[in-house]
Amino acid sequence: MNADAMTIDWREQIFDVLQDHEVRQVYHVPDAGHSRLIEACQTSNSIRTVPLTTEEEGVALAAGAWLGGQRSVLLIQSSGVGNTINLMGLTKTLRFPFLTLITMRGDYGEFNSWQFPMGQGTPKVLEAMGVLLYSVDKASEVKATVDAAARAAFNGGQAVAVLLRQKLIGIKDFGKKKA
Amino acid sequence: MSKATLQRRPLVKELLKGADDNLLVIAGLGSSNWDITNAGDRPLNMPLWGAMGAPVGMGLGLAMAQPSKRVLVITGDGDMLMSMGSLATVATQQPDNLAIVVLDNEKFGETGNQATHTSPRNNGPTDSGAGTDLSLVAKGCGIADSTIVREAGDVAQFVKDVRTKKGPIFRLVKVMVEKLEFVMPPQDGAHLKDRFRAALLGKA
Repeated sequence: MNADAMTIDWREQIFDVLQDHEVRQVYHVPDAGHSRLIEACQTSNSIRTVPLTTEEEGVALAAGAWLGGQRSVLLIQSSGVGNTINLMGLTKTLRFPFLTLITMRGDYGEFNSWQFPMGQGTPKVLEAMGVLLYSVDKASEVKATVDAAARAAFNGGQAVAVLLRQKLIGIKDFGKKKA
Repeated sequence: MSKATLQRRPLVKELLKGADDNLLVIAGLGSSNWDITNAGDRPLNMPLWGAMGAPVGMGLGLAMAQPSKRVLVITGDGDMLMSMGSLATVATQQPDNLAIVVLDNEKFGETGNQATHTSPRNNGPTDSGAGTDLSLVAKGCGIADSTIVREAGDVAQFVKDVRTKKGPIFRLVKVMVEKLEFVMPPQDGAHLKDRFRAALLGKA
């Protein structure tokens, strides 16, 4: 983890950005990288937090929320990005704003070989579906990046993914050594 | 189990009779789309032409965004089989304004009536399924109010439940295999979405 990651609470900052953009529904799968953000959403009075059984449900929920006039965000890991690809087509056919924040695995310093195929494929498959990619690996840039992505999504009507790189999140080490 | 006798078109027509601005309808791709359109195309219908597996999730997102409206998801057994997990996700939220209706003809109608998993087992080499009971799946996922509708005599209560009963409710309707005319709504997804939002929110 780099130095500013120790001092800047970027997860809290993401929560503030979601509040600023009046996000009302947050969908997630369990994720260590997003866990503090998910907890902040769960205890918020203005956000409805929904656990999913699989990532693609989040795309369908986001479409439904937008039909009903609400903004949403999908929190997932790169490991599950492939699951979303088919339904990601909805963002094109319906043309609705879509924002997902993706914690990366199979990226910087990954120890688990099983994470590499989807981690390395993540930018390519999202790009293939026409999703705009924003990538961030410095804690000091998280807030501005997520804010820019939310503007492109909710004001610009785009499907946008923010890749929270493994360099930012820290390398998972199964508790052998503090990251 | 005796053969299904209910016909999907008159059933859906009855279900959507007198639909007003308080009823928001999402229909799965294929037959369910043509069924709701046959009942009368309207801006507050969202008929899908693709996105198999999406209707229940869309219905949940919509139901949470519009808690004062009734949200009705109508889809088929093939579509529901593809997204059974979304029933568990619905159950985590217990939306009291959401009703899910699955028209189960035990076939993948759009691709030539191949057996789905809801078809009986041991039904011949090309037409066997697993006898999957989607109403039990829904119940097992945590949607307590889940029943099967088979008889013409049950339709009036079914319509009343779907339109007014406290949700989430799940109704599996066993319907006949029929060859029916395609009754198509507009196809452009952005148009369908915009007209829906304009009718609901007053802005696209």
